Amino acid sequence: METILEVNNVIKQFGGFTALSDVNLRVQQGERLGLIGPNGSGKTTLINCISGAFTDYQGSIRFDGTDISKLKAHERTKRGIARSFQIPRPFSSMSVMENLLVPFAFVGGKDGPVQQKEAMDILQGMGLADKAFVQSNQLSQVELRKMELARAMAAKPKLLISDEAMAGLAGTEVDEVLEILFDLNKLGITIIMIEHIMQAVMKFSQRVVCLDAGKIICEGTPETIVKNPEVQRAYLGD
Amino acid sequence: MKYAAYSSLLLLGLLTLSIMSGVNEYFFFAGFVVLQFVVLATAWNILGGYAGYVNFGVPAFIAVGAYTAVVLFKSISAPLLVQIIGGGILAGALGLGVGLLTLKLRGIFFSIATVAVVFILETLVNNWRYVGGATGLQLTRPGDLWFFDSYVRMLFFVMAVLAVFSVTIARYVQDSFLGRGLRAVRDSEEAAECSGVPTLKIKLIACTISGALMGIAGAPMPMYLSYIEPLSTFNLSYSIYALGMPIIGGTSHWIGPVIGALLLATLQQIVTVTVSNELNVLIVGVLLVLFVVIAPEGILGLIKRWKQSSK
Repeated sequence: METILEVNNVIKQFGGFTALSDVNLRVQQGERLGLIGPNGSGKTTLINCISGAFTDYQGSIRFDGTDISKLKAHERTKRGIARSFQIPRPFSSMSVMENLLVPFAFVGGKDGPVQQKEAMDILQGMGLADKAFVQSNQLSQVELRKMELARAMAAKPKLLISDEAMAGLAGTEVDEVLEILFDLNKLGITIIMIEHIMQAVMKFSQRVVCLDAGKIICEGTPETIVKNPEVQRAYLGD
Repeated sequence: MKYAAYSSLLLLGLLTLSIMSGVNEYFFFAGFVVLQFVVLATAWNILGGYAGYVNFGVPAFIAVGAYTAVVLFKSISAPLLVQIIGGGILAGALGLGVGLLTLKLRGIFFSIATVAVVFILETLVNNWRYVGGATGLQLTRPGDLWFFDSYVRMLFFVMAVLAVFSVTIARYVQDSFLGRGLRAVRDSEEAAECSGVPTLKIKLIACTISGALMGIAGAPMPMYLSYIEPLSTFNLSYSIYALGMPIIGGTSHWIGPVIGALLLATLQQIVTVTVSNELNVLIVGVLLVLFVVIAPEGILGLIKRWKQSSK
C-alpha cells in the first residue's frame, strides 16, 4: 500500500507551551486510522497542522507525494485534505445545499446544476436530502455533524479528517455517523478519525494511534491499544 | 437583463430631470449627497455586509478620493472624469494596503486598525501645504458644463452614474463566487478555508473594491463644495452613516444599502433644512439602536418576516 500522508518530526509550540513534540505519523492510502488521547494531548493541534489551520510548525508534512508544509489550508483542501470540526462550523446564513456549493465552487471551480445534483447525491447518501434547502442554523446536532461531513465530501477529498464528529450524539446517532464514515472509506477515501467514544474508535479503526502530552505514545490495532499499559496510564493515571 | 433595463431607465430619468429647467437647484444639491451615500453604503457593504469585516475608516477612503482629485485638478487641471478615476484607483490601492496590514486581524481589532488609518492620513494632510493643509483650499470650478445648466446639476448626474455603477458592482460581487466566498468567511473563516476558499485573497479583493468605490464617492466632493479642508473630509460621522445605512436597510442583499441610504440620507436632508443640522446624527443614532434591537436584519429582514407570516 502507498503512503498518502507523512508527518515528519512535527513540533508545534504556543509560546512556551509545546503542544506537539516531534510527532511522526504515516497513513496509508485507503486506511481507517483512529487518533485517540486524553483532553489536551494535542489531537486537534495535530489535525490543525495537517489541514493547514496552523502553518507555523517545525518539521514537514507530505501529502500524496508532495511537501505541503508551507501550503495554506485552502490549498491543502484543493490537494485533497478535508476535515470536519470538533465544534460544528456551519455557514449558518446559508442553506445546507449552499454550504456544499462553497467547496464545489472553490475546489472544483463550478457550482452549476451539475454540481447541485452532485451535492444532492452526497446529501442523499447521508440522509440529509430532505434538509437540502433548510437554513443550516435550523439543523439539529446530528444533522450538523452530517452536514459537516457532507461539506467535506463536496471538496472531493482523498483524506478526510473527522474531528470528533460524534461528540454529543446519542447511541443510534453515533452508529449513523459511523455508517457514513464506513461508506466513505469504501469509496477509497482515507479517513483519520479523532474520537472520544471508544467503542466507535475500536469498531472503526484498522489502526489506532494514541497521543499523550504532544507525543505519540503507542500505535497498533484497536485490540492491542486498549491493553497497552501506557494508554491506560495516559487515560486513567497511575 | 431586467436589471440593466431598469438601471438605464433610471439614469435616463435622472438625466432628464437634471437638464429640465423648472426644478429647484437645491434639489440637485441635496440629491448629490443622497446619491453619494448610496455609493458609500454600497461600498461599505461589500466588505462589512458580505464578509462581516466592519470598516470604520470610511473617511480615509473618501479623503483619498477627494484629495487625489484636488491634486490632479491643481497640478494638471484634470477633468472631472480623470479626477474620479484617479481617486478610485488610489483609494483602491489604499484598500489593498490597509487590507494587507489589517485583514489578519479579526472583529473589533480590524475595526480599530481602520480608525487608525483615518488619523494617520488626517495628520498627513494637515501638514501638506500643496493641498491647503489644515486651513483648506479654495477651488474654482472649471467652465466645462457639458450640456448642463449648472455645475451642481452635472455633479448630481455624475453621482447618479457612480451610484448605479457601484450597485452594479455590488450586485455582481454578490452573485459571483466572490460573494459566496465572502459569505462563507463571514459565517466561519476556518470552515471557509477548509472548503477551499482563499480567504485572505478574497478579503483583499473585497477591501480593494470597497475602498475604490468609496474613493470615487469622495472624488467629486472638492468640486461640489468648491472647497476642501481636512476636518470635514475626515469626519468620522461618515463611518457611522456608511455602516448605519446598510444595517438599517439590510446587509445580506445589494438592495439593502440602497434602501437604507435613500431613506436615511433623504430624511437627513429634510431634517437639515426643516429642523437642524445637529439633529442629523441623533436620528441616525436612534434609528441604528432601534434597528439593531428590533430588526437586526434591517428592512430586508422585516420584509422577509412579513412575507413569511402572511403566507
